[in-house]
Amino acid sequence: MSHFRPLSTLALALATLTISSFASDWPQFRGPDSTGTAADAKIPDQPKIDWSAPLPGRGLSSPIVVAGKVFVTCASGPKQERLHLICFNAADGARIWEREFQATGRTMTQGKNSVAACTPCSDGRRIFAIWSSNDMASFDLDGNLLWVRGLTVDYPNASNSLGMASSPIVIGETVVTMIENDSESYALGLDANTGRNMWKLERPKAANWTSPVPWRADAKSPPVALLQSTKGLLAVDATSGSRLWEFAQAASTTSSSVVASGVIYAPGNGVTALSPNANNAPPAELWRSKQINPNTISPLVLDGRLFSINGAGVVVSADTKTGNPQWKLRLAGPFSGSPVGAGTRLLAVNEKGLAQVVDITAPSGAVIGTLQLPLSGEKRDLVLCTPALEGGHIFVRSDSALWRLGE
Amino acid sequence: MRFILTRMKHFPAILLFASLANLHGALTDSLNTLAAVGREGAGNEAAGAAWKDVVKAGPSGLPALLAETGKGSAVADNWLRLAGDVIVDDALRAKQPLPLAEVEAFIADTTHAAAARQLAFDLLQEADRARADALQPSLIQDPVQELRRGAVQRVIDSAKTQTGDGAKACYLRALDAVRDEDQTKFVTSELRKLGVPVDLPRHFGFLMKWNVIGPFDNTDRKGFDAVFPPEKEIRLDAAYDGKGQQVKWAPFESADEYGKLDFNKPLGMQKEVTAYAVTTFDSPVERDAELRLGGKNAWKVWLNGDLLFGRDEYHRGQQMDQYKLKCRLKKGENTILVKCCQNEQKENWTVEWEFQLRMCDSAGTAILSAKADTK
Repeated sequence: MSHFRPLSTLALALATLTISSFASDWPQFRGPDSTGTAADAKIPDQPKIDWSAPLPGRGLSSPIVVAGKVFVTCASGPKQERLHLICFNAADGARIWEREFQATGRTMTQGKNSVAACTPCSDGRRIFAIWSSNDMASFDLDGNLLWVRGLTVDYPNASNSLGMASSPIVIGETVVTMIENDSESYALGLDANTGRNMWKLERPKAANWTSPVPWRADAKSPPVALLQSTKGLLAVDATSGSRLWEFAQAASTTSSSVVASGVIYAPGNGVTALSPNANNAPPAELWRSKQINPNTISPLVLDGRLFSINGAGVVVSADTKTGNPQWKLRLAGPFSGSPVGAGTRLLAVNEKGLAQVVDITAPSGAVIGTLQLPLSGEKRDLVLCTPALEGGHIFVRSDSALWRLGE
Repeated sequence: MRFILTRMKHFPAILLFASLANLHGALTDSLNTLAAVGREGAGNEAAGAAWKDVVKAGPSGLPALLAETGKGSAVADNWLRLAGDVIVDDALRAKQPLPLAEVEAFIADTTHAAAARQLAFDLLQEADRARADALQPSLIQDPVQELRRGAVQRVIDSAKTQTGDGAKACYLRALDAVRDEDQTKFVTSELRKLGVPVDLPRHFGFLMKWNVIGPFDNTDRKGFDAVFPPEKEIRLDAAYDGKGQQVKWAPFESADEYGKLDFNKPLGMQKEVTAYAVTTFDSPVERDAELRLGGKNAWKVWLNGDLLFGRDEYHRGQQMDQYKLKCRLKKGENTILVKCCQNEQKENWTVEWEFQLRMCDSAGTAILSAKADTK
C-alpha cells in the first residue's frame, strides 16, 4: 500500500527550512502549518482598527503576511474574470504593488462564493496564488512574475460550478494544490521554481473544498501533505507524490483537518483524532466524537484543547485527549471563515463583520471584546475569510476592504 | 584612408544601430518565448527569464508585446499581459512616457487578436483613464464582447436619464449592441415597460426547436459513458429499447425565452435517466461559431457527429453561456445532438433536467439558422 521513498538530504533540508522564513509570518490559509495559530501571535482583547485599505474586487481568501507585507487576492469584472494579487505594507496599509491578469478557466461560482476563494501561500521568498478558475501564478515579494499556469486549460474538465476553494501549501520546493471536483479531479505537486508538474495524483470524483495540510512525524522529519476527501485522509510525499498512508473513512469536504502535537483532528461526521504510526502504517484512531461538529468551519487546537464552531455559531471546547466537550459558547453568527487563536484568546469574525474575542480560560468561555467592522452597505459586503495573525495584529478582509486590527 | 575615417565618424551611430537591432532582436526572442509557453507549463523555465527581459525593455516594447498577444495560448497571453501590466505600472511611477497613440491605434484595428485588443484597452485604461473613456463609445459594435460592455453601459446610463421616445430610442440602440446577459435583461425589461416587444431567443440565438428521445438508463451515473443508439445514428423514425420502455423521437419546442429545454416536460420527472435532443442548423456559409451551453446536469454535445465536449457534473449550478464550445459550421445543414443525464439525487434542488444552447459568434452575437423552422 505504501511506497515510501526517502527524500534527498537537500530536499529534506529545504523542506524543513522553507515552511516559513520569518517567525512572525502567516504564510498560508490558517497560518504556519495550517494550525490557525502562531506561537508569537497575540490577539488584542479589545481590537481596534489600525488601518483599512480598499480592495479592487471580491474575495473570501485570507490575507497572508510575509516579511512585513500583506498579500490579498481578489477577482473583479462582470464575471469575476479579472484576477488580482495585491501587496500591502503591513505597517500602514500602503499598496506596494498590484498584479492583474485574466482567468483562463471557468469563473462561475455560487453567488456568495467568489473566484478569489483560495488563500495564497508563501515560502517566505515567493507567493503562490490560485483562484477558483484554476489559474495559478507565482511572484517574488517584489511582484516579479516567476510563472503562471492555467490548470483548466491543461485539464479542461477540472472545475466546479459552485466554485473551487482549496488553498495550496508549499513544502520545500513543492507547491501542493488540490483541484478536486465532480469531474476531472486531481492533486498536483508543482515545482515551486517553474510551476511545472512534479506529480499529478488522481483523486476521488467529488467536489472538495478542503485544503491540504502539512503533517510531520517528528520535528526532524520533513512534512508530508495530508489530502482530505470523501474517501478519507491520504498522506502524500510532497516531493514524489508517493502515497504514504491512508485513513479510509469518509472525511469532510468543506472543513479541513488540523494537526497538533503530531495528532490529526479530522472533520467528517464529527471529528476523529488520528495518531499516525511509524513506517507509514495507517494511523490509529484515538477517538471519534460526534458532539463536535465543525460543519464548514475548520477546527483549531489551542492551549491543549480542540475548538470548533458549529452551524449554529456555537464554539465547542473539547478535550484533545478524549474528544469530550468541556464547554459551549454561543457567538453571534453566521460564520463562513474559521476561527484563529493565540495564547488564551480565540478570534472569530462573523459574516456581518463582527470580530469576537473569546477568553478560553473562562469557565465556560467568555466573549471579552468585540469590534464591528464598517462594511460597505452598498455592495452587500460580507466577511467570509479566515483572519490572519502577525505579532499583535489581525488582518481580515471583505469583498471591498482589508483591515489591520490592533490594540 | 578617407573611407576608413568616414566609417569611423559614423562608428557610434553604427554601434547604436547595431545595439538597437540587437535589443529589438532580443525582445522579439523573449516575446516569442512567452508566446510559446505550452501545456502543463512547458517552456516556463525559459519564460521566467524572458518575462524579465520584456519588462526591462520598457514602454518601447509595448507595441511588439501587443502584436505577440493572441498568437499563443490563453496562458501565454497571461505571461504577456502581466509583463504589459508591469511596464505600464513602472512607467507611471517613473513618469515615463508611454506609446499611447500606438496603443490606441492598435485597439482601433479589429484585425488584431481579441485578447491583444482587450489587453491594449486595459493598458490604456490603466495609463490614461480619460483617454480610454473617450475611446470607449466607439467600441459599441466591437467584435470583442468584453470591449462592447462599457460602451453599452454608457448608452444604458444615458437612457436612464430620458423618458418616452428618447428613452425608447436609447434602449433600442443598446439592445442592438448588447451581448451580456445581465445588461440584456435590464434593457429588455425597460423596453417592455415602454411597450416594445423583445424576442430574446432570436436576440441570443437560442435553439428552440428540437426532437427529443428518452429515457435511457443512467443508474449509478453510468449513462454518461454509455453509448446509446442516438450516438450511433440519427433516425427520427426509429424506436429503441430505453429504460424500462420503448422510446421514440418526438418533436419538442422550448417555450422558455432563455431557450431552456426541460426534459421533465416531455418525458416526466425521472431520476437516473439519460435523454437526447437533436436539431439541425442551416448555415449559408462555412464559418467559425460558438455553441454556448448552460446546464446543471451531465451533458455531451456533438456537431455533425463530432463530440465537441462533455461534462459529468450534476446540480452545481446553471448559467447562460456556462460553457463556450468553439466549432466550425459547414455550409448547409448541420446536426447538433445533445445528451443530458439526470442523476439519483432526491433533494428539491436536483429536479432540473435541462439545458440551454445557443449559436453565436465569439462576440456573443446570435447566428440564426437560414431555415427558421429548422428542427
